[in-house]
Amino acid sequence: MNINYTLIGQTITFFIFVWFCYAKVWPPIINAMAERSKKIADGLAAAERGQHEQELAEKRAAEHIREAKAQASDIITQAQKRAKEIEEAAKDDAQAEAERIKVSANAEIEQEVNRAREHLRKEVVVLAIAGAERVLKQEVNAAAHAVALQDVAAQL
Amino acid sequence: MSAEALSASDYIKHHLQNLTYGKFPAGHEHAGEWGIAHSAAEAKAMGFSAIHLDTMFWSITLGVLFLWLFSKVAKKATTGVPGGAQNFIEMIVEFIDSTVRGTFTGRNAMIAPMGLTVFVWVFLINFMDLIPVDWIPQLAGWVGASFFGMDPHHVYFRVVPSTDPNATFGMSLAVFALMLFFSFKIKGVGGFATELTMHPFSSSNKLLQLIFIPINLILEVVALLAKPLSLSLRLYGNMFAGEMIFILIALMYSAGIAAGVFGGFLQLGWAIFHILIITLQAYIFMMLTVVYMDLAYQTGEDH
Repeated sequence: MNINYTLIGQTITFFIFVWFCYAKVWPPIINAMAERSKKIADGLAAAERGQHEQELAEKRAAEHIREAKAQASDIITQAQKRAKEIEEAAKDDAQAEAERIKVSANAEIEQEVNRAREHLRKEVVVLAIAGAERVLKQEVNAAAHAVALQDVAAQL
Repeated sequence: MSAEALSASDYIKHHLQNLTYGKFPAGHEHAGEWGIAHSAAEAKAMGFSAIHLDTMFWSITLGVLFLWLFSKVAKKATTGVPGGAQNFIEMIVEFIDSTVRGTFTGRNAMIAPMGLTVFVWVFLINFMDLIPVDWIPQLAGWVGASFFGMDPHHVYFRVVPSTDPNATFGMSLAVFALMLFFSFKIKGVGGFATELTMHPFSSSNKLLQLIFIPINLILEVVALLAKPLSLSLRLYGNMFAGEMIFILIALMYSAGIAAGVFGGFLQLGWAIFHILIITLQAYIFMMLTVVYMDLAYQTGEDH
């Protein structure tokens, strides 16, 4: 329990240790801790901002979807209208075409009929003449009656 | 020292004697020379011109251990996810930092590192008390006998520096010096003198005040001096008492098997309880250091 130089030695040691801790040990640790807590705070703020942005984006997306839906239904309505129009036009066209075809067919038929009639007329004339020739061979002069028969044939 | 070779009282005395290196006094065969004292009487005769090698060795070793450990972690301190060691160190640093923030109202970047140093250093010094009392002194005796040719009975070795009043007074003297330094620095000589003379008694009457000044001075100087004294004696007293109980328990080991087993349980119980004491004492020493610094920084007139 003797008091001696140890007292002074201990005091000096104390100062040296405190100085070393103050200069070399404390600052890096406390700085690292402060920086980390700043990082964490920043991270939390960023996360919150991100969440907020996500909410906004979701809202925007919902808006877009609603608009798109409206647009789509507009387009569909228009398309349906247009389709109906096209259908109508096509129907009209088809009807007109059919009409035209019918008319031309009728004309052709008429022509054919006429031609056939002409032909028939000639045949009939020939046949009639042949018949008349046979009859008249027996009783009359063919040349004298041919004019009368042609008149008859023309009435066909 | 084993108890068989010594009487119980010699055993205790041996445990309470520091390894003293000093100047042999007049009348000694080596008078005027420096050397290691071979007995308690020799150490006492050396007076002030001696140094306790064991106290200095352990306090410096433990302080260096603390600074080495902490600076190693501090150098690699990452701001990212900390590892186990950094977590542990940061826990202590955080604890000290928040304590100092809550206690110390001035602005001084040195106070918190000082708190950390005091806390960990004193804790480590106190922790030596938990090592069974004979282990290290026996080892020291063996080393002294084998390498320095000493009589192992003359190798005194105290392991716990805080049971040496030199160590605790040395630390409290440093704290006291800082207290005075900051008091003068912050309050100025006049301010500090006012603090010492104008409280607790003051009067608007000039004559009455003149009478009060010496009374105040005595009271305040006593209060001021009591601070380092109580700071060191509290730590010293607690640790000395704790060590003494360990030594007394260790005495039981040489008193037969039954007493030895009982002593083993006692030692275990006391060691567990002592963990609380050493931590608490380290905390109190740190806390009071910070409080005293805060007092030195306070310029307010309120007491």
